[in-house]
Amino acid sequence: MSLNFGNLNNYVIDVLKEIGNIGAGNAATALAKMLNKKVDMEVPKVKVMEFKEVTEMFGGAELPVVGLFLKMNGDLDGSVMFILENNAAHTLVNILMGKTNDANNQGFDEIEMSALKELGNILAGSYMSSLSTLTGLNIMPTVPEIAIDMAGAIISVPAIEFGKLGDSVLYIETAFIDGSTRALGDFFLVPDMDSYGVLLRALGVIS
Amino acid sequence: MGTIIKVGMADMHAARHPAILTTLGLGSCVGIALYDRSTRTVGLAHCMLPDSTQSKNVSNIAKFVDTALEGLVSEMLKLGANKTRIVAKLAGGSQMFNFAHSADLMRIGYRNATMAKEKLEMMRIPLVSEDTGGSYGRTIELDSSTGMLLIKTIGYGIKEI
Repeated sequence: MSLNFGNLNNYVIDVLKEIGNIGAGNAATALAKMLNKKVDMEVPKVKVMEFKEVTEMFGGAELPVVGLFLKMNGDLDGSVMFILENNAAHTLVNILMGKTNDANNQGFDEIEMSALKELGNILAGSYMSSLSTLTGLNIMPTVPEIAIDMAGAIISVPAIEFGKLGDSVLYIETAFIDGSTRALGDFFLVPDMDSYGVLLRALGVIS
Repeated sequence: MGTIIKVGMADMHAARHPAILTTLGLGSCVGIALYDRSTRTVGLAHCMLPDSTQSKNVSNIAKFVDTALEGLVSEMLKLGANKTRIVAKLAGGSQMFNFAHSADLMRIGYRNATMAKEKLEMMRIPLVSEDTGGSYGRTIELDSSTGMLLIKTIGYGIKEI
Protein backbone atom coordinates (compact mmCIF):
# COMPACT_ATOMS: atom_id res chain seq x y z
CA MET A 1 0.00 0.00 0.00
CA SER A 2 1.09 3.55 -0.41
CA LEU A 3 0.26 6.67 1.50
CA ASN A 4 -1.45 9.80 0.46
CA PHE A 5 1.00 12.50 1.49
CA GLY A 6 -1.67 15.17 1.22
CA ASN A 7 -3.30 14.17 4.48
CA LEU A 8 -0.66 12.60 6.67
CA ASN A 9 -1.93 12.91 10.19
CA ASN A 10 0.15 14.22 13.07
CA TYR A 11 0.50 10.80 14.61
CA VAL A 12 2.12 9.35 11.48
CA ILE A 13 4.37 12.39 11.16
CA ASP A 14 5.45 11.96 14.79
CA VAL A 15 6.27 8.31 14.16
CA LEU A 16 8.35 9.20 11.10
CA LYS A 17 10.14 11.89 13.13
CA GLU A 18 10.87 9.35 15.83
CA ILE A 19 12.38 7.04 13.21
CA GLY A 20 14.64 9.92 12.17
CA ASN A 21 15.45 10.57 15.79
CA ILE A 22 16.49 7.04 16.65
CA GLY A 23 18.30 6.34 13.39
CA ALA A 24 20.19 9.61 13.29
CA GLY A 25 20.79 9.44 17.03
CA ASN A 26 22.74 6.24 16.56
CA ALA A 27 24.56 7.71 13.58
CA ALA A 28 25.45 10.82 15.58
CA THR A 29 26.86 8.63 18.36
CA ALA A 30 28.96 6.76 15.82
CA LEU A 31 30.18 10.04 14.37
CA ALA A 32 31.01 11.41 17.83
CA LYS A 33 33.07 8.30 18.59
CA MET A 34 34.91 8.54 15.31
CA LEU A 35 35.71 12.21 15.79
CA ASN A 36 36.15 11.98 19.54
CA LYS A 37 34.03 15.06 19.78
CA LYS A 38 30.53 16.01 20.82
CA VAL A 39 27.95 15.78 18.05
CA ASP A 40 24.43 17.06 18.55
CA MET A 41 21.47 16.79 16.29
CA GLU A 42 18.37 18.80 15.69
CA VAL A 43 14.84 17.52 16.08
CA PRO A 44 14.16 15.67 12.82
CA LYS A 45 11.97 17.30 10.24
CA VAL A 46 9.50 15.38 8.17
CA LYS A 47 8.96 17.27 4.97
CA VAL A 48 6.57 16.72 2.14
CA MET A 49 7.69 18.85 -0.76
CA GLU A 50 6.81 19.46 -4.32
CA PHE A 51 9.69 18.72 -6.68
CA LYS A 52 9.85 22.41 -7.60
CA GLU A 53 11.06 23.27 -4.10
CA VAL A 54 13.36 20.30 -3.56
CA THR A 55 16.48 21.60 -5.24
CA GLU A 56 16.51 24.71 -3.05
CA MET A 57 16.26 22.89 0.25
CA PHE A 58 19.92 22.66 1.23
CA GLY A 59 20.80 26.36 1.23
CA GLY A 60 20.40 26.91 -2.52
CA ALA A 61 20.55 24.71 -5.59
CA GLU A 62 24.04 25.86 -6.61
CA LEU A 63 25.78 25.49 -3.25
CA PRO A 64 28.75 23.11 -3.59
CA VAL A 65 28.23 20.11 -1.34
CA VAL A 66 29.48 16.59 -0.75
CA GLY A 67 26.75 14.01 -1.18
CA LEU A 68 27.03 10.44 0.08
CA PHE A 69 24.32 8.32 -1.38
CA LEU A 70 23.30 4.74 -0.91
CA LYS A 71 20.28 2.55 -1.37
CA MET A 72 18.62 0.32 1.17
CA ASN A 73 17.29 -3.02 0.07
CA GLY A 74 15.54 -5.91 1.73
CA ASP A 75 12.16 -5.51 3.41
CA LEU A 76 12.46 -1.76 2.98
CA ASP A 77 13.59 -0.08 -0.22
CA GLY A 78 14.69 3.48 -0.49
CA SER A 79 17.49 5.98 -0.57
CA VAL A 80 19.72 7.31 2.16
CA MET A 81 21.70 10.46 1.67
CA PHE A 82 24.14 12.37 3.83
CA ILE A 83 24.86 15.87 2.60
CA LEU A 84 27.67 18.01 3.90
CA GLU A 85 28.67 21.48 2.99
CA ASN A 86 32.15 21.43 1.39
CA ASN A 87 33.83 23.18 4.31
CA ALA A 88 32.21 20.90 6.86
CA ALA A 89 33.38 17.89 4.83
CA HIS A 90 36.95 19.21 4.89
CA THR A 91 36.75 19.77 8.63
CA LEU A 92 35.48 16.22 9.20
CA VAL A 93 38.12 14.67 6.96
CA ASN A 94 40.88 16.64 8.65
CA ILE A 95 39.75 15.50 12.09
CA LEU A 96 39.44 11.89 10.91
CA MET A 97 42.89 11.89 9.36
CA GLY A 98 44.56 13.87 12.13
CA LYS A 99 45.49 16.74 9.86
CA THR A 100 45.39 20.41 10.74
CA ASN A 101 42.98 22.58 8.84
CA ASP A 102 45.00 23.78 5.88
CA ALA A 103 44.25 26.70 3.62
CA ASN A 104 44.03 24.40 0.64
CA ASN A 105 40.34 23.69 1.03
CA GLN A 106 39.57 23.11 -2.63
CA GLY A 107 39.15 19.54 -3.79
CA PHE A 108 39.50 16.20 -2.09
CA ASP A 109 42.23 13.72 -2.94
CA GLU A 110 41.63 10.01 -3.36
CA ILE A 111 42.33 9.13 0.27
CA GLU A 112 40.06 11.91 1.49
CA MET A 113 37.28 10.76 -0.82
CA SER A 114 37.70 7.26 0.50
CA ALA A 115 37.56 8.56 4.10
CA LEU A 116 34.33 10.39 3.29
CA LYS A 117 32.83 7.24 1.80
CA GLU A 118 33.78 5.32 4.90
CA LEU A 119 32.11 8.02 6.96
CA GLY A 120 28.95 7.53 4.90
CA ASN A 121 29.25 3.79 5.36
CA ILE A 122 29.45 4.00 9.13
CA LEU A 123 26.73 6.63 9.49
CA ALA A 124 24.31 4.86 7.21
CA GLY A 125 25.15 1.50 8.74
CA SER A 126 24.32 2.69 12.25
CA TYR A 127 21.17 4.44 11.03
CA MET A 128 19.98 1.32 9.21
CA SER A 129 20.80 -1.09 12.00
CA SER A 130 18.80 0.90 14.54
CA LEU A 131 15.93 1.15 12.09
CA SER A 132 16.14 -2.58 11.59
CA THR A 133 16.17 -3.29 15.35
CA LEU A 134 13.22 -0.96 15.87
CA THR A 135 11.04 -2.46 13.18
CA GLY A 136 12.23 -6.05 13.03
CA LEU A 137 12.63 -5.57 9.29
CA ASN A 138 15.61 -6.78 7.32
CA ILE A 139 17.37 -3.77 5.82
CA MET A 140 20.58 -3.97 3.81
CA PRO A 141 22.52 -0.83 2.91
CA THR A 142 24.59 -0.76 -0.28
CA VAL A 143 28.11 0.65 -0.48
CA PRO A 144 27.91 4.45 -0.53
CA GLU A 145 28.77 6.46 -3.61
CA ILE A 146 30.11 9.98 -3.44
CA ALA A 147 29.54 13.09 -5.54
CA ILE A 148 30.79 16.60 -5.01
CA ASP A 149 28.71 19.11 -6.88
CA MET A 150 25.74 21.48 -6.78
CA ALA A 151 23.27 20.67 -4.02
CA GLY A 152 20.33 20.71 -6.43
CA ALA A 153 21.89 18.16 -8.77
CA ILE A 154 22.70 15.84 -5.87
CA ILE A 155 19.37 16.08 -4.06
CA SER A 156 17.56 15.37 -7.31
CA VAL A 157 18.89 11.79 -7.33
CA PRO A 158 16.61 10.41 -4.58
CA ALA A 159 13.84 12.72 -5.79
CA ILE A 160 13.88 11.09 -9.23
CA GLU A 161 13.39 7.68 -7.66
CA PHE A 162 10.34 9.08 -5.94
CA GLY A 163 9.10 10.84 -9.05
CA LYS A 164 8.36 7.53 -10.72
CA LEU A 165 5.29 7.24 -8.50
CA GLY A 166 4.44 10.53 -6.88
CA ASP A 167 4.35 14.26 -7.38
CA SER A 168 5.88 15.15 -4.09
CA VAL A 169 8.66 13.70 -2.02
CA LEU A 170 8.77 12.85 1.66
CA TYR A 171 12.08 13.31 3.41
CA ILE A 172 12.96 12.53 6.99
CA GLU A 173 15.75 15.02 7.60
CA THR A 174 18.04 15.29 10.60
CA ALA A 175 20.70 17.98 10.87
CA PHE A 176 23.96 17.23 12.69
CA ILE A 177 25.72 20.01 14.52
CA ASP A 178 28.96 20.01 16.46
CA GLY A 179 29.25 21.40 19.98
CA SER A 180 29.54 24.97 18.79
CA THR A 181 26.27 24.80 16.78
CA ARG A 182 28.04 24.74 13.45
CA ALA A 183 26.15 22.65 10.94
CA LEU A 184 27.93 19.46 9.97
CA GLY A 185 25.47 17.96 7.58
CA ASP A 186 21.98 16.70 6.91
CA PHE A 187 20.89 13.11 6.89
CA PHE A 188 17.98 12.22 4.61
CA LEU A 189 16.01 9.02 4.67
CA VAL A 190 13.81 8.64 1.63
CA PRO A 191 11.94 5.33 1.64
CA ASP A 192 10.34 4.39 -1.67
CA MET A 193 6.64 5.08 -1.81
CA ASP A 194 5.61 1.46 -1.22
CA SER A 195 7.96 1.11 1.72
CA TYR A 196 6.12 3.64 3.86
CA GLY A 197 3.27 1.19 4.27
CA VAL A 198 5.72 -1.60 5.18
CA LEU A 199 7.47 0.66 7.67
CA LEU A 200 4.31 1.90 9.38
CA ARG A 201 2.81 -1.57 9.47
CA ALA A 202 5.94 -3.01 11.10
CA LEU A 203 5.61 -0.35 13.79
CA GLY A 204 1.92 -1.09 14.28
CA VAL A 205 0.84 2.38 13.19
CA ILE A 206 -1.42 1.04 10.48
CA SER A 207 -2.86 -2.42 10.12
CA MET B 1 18.10 41.99 -19.85
CA GLY B 2 14.56 40.82 -19.24
CA THR B 3 13.00 39.39 -16.16
CA ILE B 4 14.61 36.26 -14.81
CA ILE B 5 12.17 33.40 -14.42
CA LYS B 6 13.21 30.40 -12.35
CA VAL B 7 12.12 26.97 -13.50
CA GLY B 8 12.17 24.33 -10.75
CA MET B 9 12.51 20.57 -10.98
CA ALA B 10 9.55 18.97 -12.78
CA ASP B 11 8.55 22.44 -13.92
CA MET B 12 8.39 24.37 -17.20
CA HIS B 13 7.84 27.89 -18.41
CA ALA B 14 7.36 29.76 -21.66
CA ALA B 15 7.85 33.51 -22.10
CA ARG B 16 8.03 36.30 -24.66
CA HIS B 17 10.98 38.59 -25.14
CA PRO B 18 12.50 40.07 -22.98
CA ALA B 19 13.03 37.21 -20.55
CA ILE B 20 15.72 34.98 -19.17
CA LEU B 21 14.64 31.50 -18.18
CA THR B 22 16.90 29.67 -15.77
CA THR B 23 17.01 26.35 -13.98
CA LEU B 24 19.53 25.60 -11.25
CA GLY B 25 21.39 22.43 -10.39
CA LEU B 26 20.40 20.10 -13.22
CA GLY B 27 21.73 16.63 -12.46
CA SER B 28 20.31 13.56 -14.17
CA CYS B 29 17.33 15.67 -15.10
CA VAL B 30 17.36 17.12 -18.58
CA GLY B 31 16.84 20.78 -19.40
CA ILE B 32 15.04 21.36 -22.70
CA ALA B 33 15.42 24.87 -24.09
CA LEU B 34 13.23 25.93 -27.01
CA TYR B 35 13.60 29.12 -29.02
CA ASP B 36 11.77 30.77 -31.87
CA ARG B 37 14.03 33.45 -33.30
CA SER B 38 11.30 35.05 -35.43
CA THR B 39 9.16 36.00 -32.44
CA ARG B 40 11.85 35.65 -29.76
CA THR B 41 9.66 33.34 -27.74
CA VAL B 42 11.47 31.05 -25.30
CA GLY B 43 10.54 27.94 -23.36
CA LEU B 44 12.39 25.91 -20.78
CA ALA B 45 11.50 22.58 -19.15
CA HIS B 46 13.31 20.70 -16.34
CA CYS B 47 12.28 17.04 -16.69
CA MET B 48 13.03 14.23 -14.24
CA LEU B 49 11.97 11.13 -16.14
CA PRO B 50 11.94 10.12 -19.79
CA ASP B 51 8.61 8.52 -20.44
CA SER B 52 5.12 9.31 -19.14
CA THR B 53 3.76 6.07 -20.56
CA GLN B 54 5.87 4.16 -17.99
CA SER B 55 4.10 5.87 -15.11
CA LYS B 56 0.63 5.59 -13.66
CA ASN B 57 0.62 9.15 -12.41
CA VAL B 58 1.00 11.87 -15.03
CA SER B 59 -0.74 14.75 -13.27
CA ASN B 60 2.36 16.92 -13.65
CA ILE B 61 3.24 16.92 -17.34
CA ALA B 62 6.49 18.83 -16.76
CA LYS B 63 7.93 15.81 -14.94
CA PHE B 64 8.30 13.73 -18.12
CA VAL B 65 10.29 14.54 -21.23
CA ASP B 66 7.60 13.47 -23.69
CA THR B 67 4.65 15.30 -22.13
CA ALA B 68 6.69 18.37 -21.16
CA LEU B 69 7.88 18.89 -24.73
CA GLU B 70 4.37 18.81 -26.11
CA GLY B 71 3.07 21.06 -23.34
CA LEU B 72 5.90 23.54 -23.69
CA VAL B 73 5.46 23.86 -27.45
CA SER B 74 1.75 24.50 -27.09
CA GLU B 75 2.40 27.15 -24.42
CA MET B 76 4.86 28.84 -26.79
CA LEU B 77 2.34 28.74 -29.62
CA LYS B 78 -0.18 30.45 -27.35
CA LEU B 79 2.38 33.22 -26.84
CA GLY B 80 2.61 33.65 -30.60
CA ALA B 81 5.55 31.43 -31.48
CA ASN B 82 5.82 29.99 -34.95
CA LYS B 83 5.89 26.18 -34.80
CA THR B 84 8.11 25.76 -37.83
CA ARG B 85 10.71 28.17 -36.48
CA ILE B 86 11.24 26.58 -33.06
CA VAL B 87 14.68 25.07 -32.44
CA ALA B 88 15.93 23.18 -29.40
CA LYS B 89 18.99 22.93 -27.18
CA LEU B 90 19.57 20.31 -24.51
CA ALA B 91 21.60 20.27 -21.31
CA GLY B 92 21.89 17.95 -18.32
CA GLY B 93 21.27 14.21 -18.31
CA SER B 94 24.39 13.50 -16.33
CA GLN B 95 25.10 10.69 -13.94
CA MET B 96 25.76 12.13 -10.50
CA PHE B 97 26.64 8.90 -8.72
CA ASN B 98 28.59 6.03 -10.13
CA PHE B 99 26.39 3.09 -9.26
CA ALA B 100 27.76 -0.29 -10.10
CA HIS B 101 24.78 -2.23 -8.79
CA SER B 102 21.78 -0.34 -10.07
CA ALA B 103 21.51 -0.27 -13.83
CA ASP B 104 18.25 1.61 -13.66
CA LEU B 105 19.50 4.51 -11.56
CA MET B 106 22.67 4.65 -13.55
CA ARG B 107 21.05 5.24 -16.87
CA ILE B 108 18.34 7.72 -16.00
CA GLY B 109 20.31 10.76 -17.21
CA TYR B 110 21.21 9.08 -20.47
CA ARG B 111 17.63 7.94 -20.97
CA ASN B 112 16.31 11.45 -20.32
CA ALA B 113 18.62 12.93 -22.95
CA THR B 114 17.92 10.16 -25.47
CA MET B 115 14.17 10.49 -25.04
CA ALA B 116 14.40 14.25 -25.53
CA LYS B 117 16.23 13.74 -28.84
CA GLU B 118 13.75 11.13 -30.05
CA LYS B 119 10.78 13.25 -29.13
CA LEU B 120 12.25 16.35 -30.79
CA GLU B 121 12.79 14.39 -33.97
CA MET B 122 9.23 13.10 -33.83
CA MET B 123 7.94 16.65 -33.44
CA ARG B 124 10.27 17.86 -36.23
CA ILE B 125 12.03 20.35 -33.98
CA PRO B 126 15.71 20.68 -34.94
CA LEU B 127 18.23 20.11 -32.16
CA VAL B 128 20.87 22.78 -32.75
CA SER B 129 23.23 22.02 -29.87
CA GLU B 130 23.55 20.02 -26.68
CA ASP B 131 25.70 19.62 -23.60
CA THR B 132 24.58 16.38 -22.01
CA GLY B 133 26.14 13.50 -20.10
CA GLY B 134 29.15 13.60 -17.82
CA SER B 135 28.96 13.34 -14.05
CA TYR B 136 28.40 16.91 -12.96
CA GLY B 137 25.58 19.33 -12.28
CA ARG B 138 24.68 22.25 -14.52
CA THR B 139 22.88 25.54 -14.12
CA ILE B 140 21.45 26.88 -17.37
CA GLU B 141 20.13 30.22 -18.57
CA LEU B 142 18.20 30.79 -21.78
CA ASP B 143 18.24 34.36 -23.08
CA SER B 144 15.30 35.46 -25.25
CA SER B 145 17.29 38.16 -27.06
CA THR B 146 19.73 35.72 -28.69
CA GLY B 147 18.50 32.21 -27.92
CA MET B 148 21.88 31.58 -26.34
CA LEU B 149 21.99 28.90 -23.66
CA LEU B 150 24.53 29.65 -20.94
CA ILE B 151 25.76 26.63 -18.97
CA LYS B 152 27.51 26.98 -15.63
CA THR B 153 29.16 24.14 -13.70
CA ILE B 154 31.34 23.62 -10.67
CA GLY B 155 34.81 22.71 -11.89
CA TYR B 156 33.86 22.11 -15.55
CA GLY B 157 33.77 25.72 -16.67
CA ILE B 158 31.17 27.95 -18.24
CA LYS B 159 30.05 27.65 -21.83
CA GLU B 160 27.51 28.98 -24.25
CA ILE B 161 25.81 26.73 -26.73
